[in-house]
Amino acid sequence: MIKWLEDNTPKMVLAPSFIAVLIFVYGFIAWTAWVSLTRSRLLPKYEIEGFIQYDRLFASPRWDTAFTNLFIFGILFIVIAMILGLLLAILLDQNIRTEGALRTIYLYPMALSMIVTGTAWKWILNPGLGLEATVRGWGYENFTFDWLVNPDMAIYTIVIAAIWQSSGFVMALFLAGLRSVDGEIIKAAQVDGIPTWRVYTAIIIPSMAPIFLSAFIVLSHLAIKSFDLVIALTGGGPGYATDLPATYMYAMAFSRGDIGQAASSAMIMMMVVFTIVVPYLYSELRSKDG
Amino acid sequence: MKSYVTGAVSALAIAASSAAIAGPEAEVLHYWTSGGEAKSVAVLQKEFADNGGTWTDMPVAGGGGDAAMTALRARVLSGNAPTAVQLKGPAIQEWYEEGVLADISAVAEANGWADVLPASIAGHMKCEGTWCAAPVNVHRVDWIWANAEVLKANDIAMPTTWDEFNAAASTLQAAGIIPLAHGGQSWQDATVFEAVALGILGADGFRKAFVDLDKDTLTSDGMIAVFDQMRTMRGFVDPNFSGRDWNLATAMVMNGEAAFQIMGDWAKGEFMAAGKVPGEDFLCMSTPGEGFLYNVDSFAMFAVDGDEKKQGQDLLAKLVVGKNFQEVFNLNKGSIPARTDVALDKFDSCAILSSEDMAASSAGGSLLPSYAHGMALRGAQAGAITDVVTAHFNSDMSSADAVQQLATAVANSM
Repeated sequence: MIKWLEDNTPKMVLAPSFIAVLIFVYGFIAWTAWVSLTRSRLLPKYEIEGFIQYDRLFASPRWDTAFTNLFIFGILFIVIAMILGLLLAILLDQNIRTEGALRTIYLYPMALSMIVTGTAWKWILNPGLGLEATVRGWGYENFTFDWLVNPDMAIYTIVIAAIWQSSGFVMALFLAGLRSVDGEIIKAAQVDGIPTWRVYTAIIIPSMAPIFLSAFIVLSHLAIKSFDLVIALTGGGPGYATDLPATYMYAMAFSRGDIGQAASSAMIMMMVVFTIVVPYLYSELRSKDG
Repeated sequence: MKSYVTGAVSALAIAASSAAIAGPEAEVLHYWTSGGEAKSVAVLQKEFADNGGTWTDMPVAGGGGDAAMTALRARVLSGNAPTAVQLKGPAIQEWYEEGVLADISAVAEANGWADVLPASIAGHMKCEGTWCAAPVNVHRVDWIWANAEVLKANDIAMPTTWDEFNAAASTLQAAGIIPLAHGGQSWQDATVFEAVALGILGADGFRKAFVDLDKDTLTSDGMIAVFDQMRTMRGFVDPNFSGRDWNLATAMVMNGEAAFQIMGDWAKGEFMAAGKVPGEDFLCMSTPGEGFLYNVDSFAMFAVDGDEKKQGQDLLAKLVVGKNFQEVFNLNKGSIPARTDVALDKFDSCAILSSEDMAASSAGGSLLPSYAHGMALRGAQAGAITDVVTAHFNSDMSSADAVQQLATAVANSM
């Protein structure tokens, strides 16, 4: 009996969460996939009708905008946040005196919710209240910074706010990575007279590859699920110029009673996530086997 | 564990049996949660209790009713629908098609609803010939509000055609006043758009375009003219309008920063709350053109089990359309009664104008449902139109392109 318990306790302890994940993650993914193939409107229906919802989705100019925005936002956000985070980490790594205080300051935006970030930046970027009005108040009458209300540029304001929020976190990741690099190698390089920038580009950064990968995975899922920031900062506007797939799905499911359409957009979002996560998982699993 | 379960079951049994002795019961799901609205619902609650009923309040705030609809969906799917739900327009028929609405024809016929409600509004309350909902109020959507002092100082009369409006707006712009206070949210863009469309297309054209979704009307020259006027109006709003809430736009008219606002009569509530007097401080008039766009709030009655609940439903339906409630509620809410035989002595001049116009346009066949406020079309179609309207208003899209997109979007939403 005791032997049996010893053998099976881990399985029993894990079973509930395993079943919960099975139902609430994979079960619901399957359910959404099913609904996306039906003509569901207000309530889900289960008669399969084929790919009509996907046809409608790709014929919709609004989805087009939302999907393009995901790539503009995602790529700029991930690349700039990583570069900025790395630079901040390298600068903080120079044994400066106030490192503790500075680190806290840069990390602090991460403690705010996206709603707060969005609302604060909404006021900062509002041409009549924020930056533009302030600079004009200083006497530069021709200063214009109206990205928030310009449909062509509004998506970049979301990038700015998201980078402000997340680059401190990326910095913390990279800082931990920098500290974990073997000090002996760096000292050896310095003895050989190799300039500092070469030490970074040739030794430290390449040895941080796993950190880059984790930062990339964390940032890309932040980008794909972005919802609250858009709602707080622009509300999807002007027009629907800053819609993202997540806000599109919300509008279809909850405002317009078009559940089939919402389900098909959710499936596309999931496929985007898979194209990023599957190669990562694959490489992780393979390197462990090998 | 076991005794806990038995205890819980017996507690439920007691709750159920004590409920059985009570009189009419109603569980009401609504999203009237802001100050004036909550006060209006309290009126109904009190009246319900005075008639021996037990009211279970289920207010769900947020998202202009989106959150309430999500709650409703969950309740219906679990087979436990509320007695009455604040629903409006084609959404009532959409729920009826899911087979979950009750028939309240007995109450409606006993109280002669067909005689006191305007025919087109009564039409929204019926599901395939039987009554399934009770109307609460009528909001007019096609209003233009103005700051009286600003108009007087610039020697401008309330515009009766869109050309007059454009001329007045140009004069005001030259005088350094924002001609049109507007908030760049898609539903506000749609509100202005439908007022313009009613003026330019006329009542028949409006009905063909936004009720019947007639493709020829959607792509007609008239519709191009509507988008042209929208482009002109875009020049009359301040550059900072994106994302502004409607009540902030109303405040701009109130303090003289802007001259006009096109918005439903909930804007009147803002003026009144600030102590402004209609006719003196601010002016109200229907937007240029013939017709009346209504936004009618109503309670849809859901199929429920049990005599108490059915009694409660009937009592609620009777009270909602009753004269007393229609008067008190609408005085609080700023709208006008849905029934046409309520004395309007206590109402302000804008409400009286609205009521007169409703009677006239009902007789003339130009009493029309508002598309922007979910009265004319189902969510998917109305949303598709709004997407095009807001995309056009917020970009440099040409009117011809907009009209093409409109037809494609409507076809795609089916």
